[in-house]
Amino acid sequence: MQPWKRMKWLQVVGAALLVLAMAGCGNAKPENSRVILATTTSTRDTGLLDYLIPIFEEKTGYSVDYVAVGTGQALAMGQRGEADVLLVHSPADEKKLVEDGTADSRRLVMHNDFIIVGPPDDPAGIKGSKKAAEAFQKIADAGALFISRGDESGTHKKELAIWKQIGLEPAGQTWYQETGSGMADTLNVAAEKGGYCLTDRGTYLYRKDTLGLDIMVEGDPILLNIYHVMTINPKKFDKVNAEGAKAFADFLLAEETQKLIAEYGVDKYGQPLFFADGGKTEEELMNQQ
Amino acid sequence: MQAFRLLIQGDPEILRVTLLTLRVSGTATLVSLLLGLPIGLILALTEFPGRRFLISLINTGMGLPPVVVGLWVSIFLWRYGPLGFLGLMYTPTAMIIAQAVIATPMVAGIAMAGIAQLDPKLSLQIQALGASRWQLWWLLIREARLSILAAVIGGFGAVISEVGASQMVGGNILHKTRVLTTATVMEVAKGHFDMAIALSLILMLLAYGVTLLLTLLQHRRRPS
Repeated sequence: MQPWKRMKWLQVVGAALLVLAMAGCGNAKPENSRVILATTTSTRDTGLLDYLIPIFEEKTGYSVDYVAVGTGQALAMGQRGEADVLLVHSPADEKKLVEDGTADSRRLVMHNDFIIVGPPDDPAGIKGSKKAAEAFQKIADAGALFISRGDESGTHKKELAIWKQIGLEPAGQTWYQETGSGMADTLNVAAEKGGYCLTDRGTYLYRKDTLGLDIMVEGDPILLNIYHVMTINPKKFDKVNAEGAKAFADFLLAEETQKLIAEYGVDKYGQPLFFADGGKTEEELMNQQ
Repeated sequence: MQAFRLLIQGDPEILRVTLLTLRVSGTATLVSLLLGLPIGLILALTEFPGRRFLISLINTGMGLPPVVVGLWVSIFLWRYGPLGFLGLMYTPTAMIIAQAVIATPMVAGIAMAGIAQLDPKLSLQIQALGASRWQLWWLLIREARLSILAAVIGGFGAVISEVGASQMVGGNILHKTRVLTTATVMEVAKGHFDMAIALSLILMLLAYGVTLLLTLLQHRRRPS
């Protein structure tokens, strides 16, 4: 056989290589239709975004790339102009972004609430506590295992605010463990280790069947979990897709979408995962409780 | 079991994720071969100042942690990063870049070792027969093809199994940048263990299948 035939396989690999390398470069074009949404893990883990986004894309022709991270990271992405629109739940931090001009709009979309969940045998005896702070105090006194997100997410910040109420610094205590992961992951850890955990109700309901954790405390006004949609200011970040961001924010607040949000999960869990609040203010919501 | 049902029924989403995984990791491996092979060749066959230093860099690079690569590629590709104008963040191309960065040192390192191991007399003999420099290199590559395929297998194995870089530069976006590893992490987080198991089985089958193919190619009876 001629020597060149021996090289044939290398040539085939080489040709395939070139074709694939070219194919790989095909999707590099930036498009105006691309909207980057930075959001929290809870909106993804409950399945809400996978339900709403295709409807938005169908209606408007925009294509939404959503990155589900903790609220801390989502806000940081907004502050660097790396996202066009944010759907987040950490009101105090959100206001800072409005004040410094990073965000040019911030509108209330929906709420659900946080709950404290724990193992059914309730080693710290917190079940039925009216106040979240009271329950946290009992957990600390009993030295019962508490699993924290530890990722500067909205949920983590809410948890820290409650520890602050009782003037306790949980970090470093032997009974306090931080996962540094998303809500669903953290619930998995709490379930495995039999620890208490602060979670949003939506993710808990979505995961309830496989967890074996019970609701211990609910209904305290401090446990309100409020989601806002924020559009990033194109005057500050010229690369932001402002039209797309506004279209998505408007979509979330449109009457039809609000109805979809309010009904989401009712058929499966017997109760809504989120309460639609389009047009309301935060103060109105707090007073409702 | 649910996982097998999902596999047999050929869930369209699983299929899409699988194809994207193959495309991204396959392309990244090929790019790393294009870059890594010449580097390996040069390091194995030539002498120049700083060569040892470069080799030490390549050897360190063979163990480059994917999350570190993910972070640095992100820094470059962010909208307001040096390459932000390309608009590549959260695209498959970004993932290919990150994975190629992970695989290139591996391909270069293994290829270099393989070529350096060839009998030095072979090189002399080929030159004595009047081969040009390019012909010489080509023949040496051919002689070292077992090692070069080992390099490809190693590179592909590294990129198809990494999750940190893909998550960071790809963002695990549905229909766009979700690959088997990032989808598995997410499904575990969601508590969909059946889906996660199905994805992990595909990942293992895929890794095994491609490696088997390359191994067969590697140990193919040499035509004479």
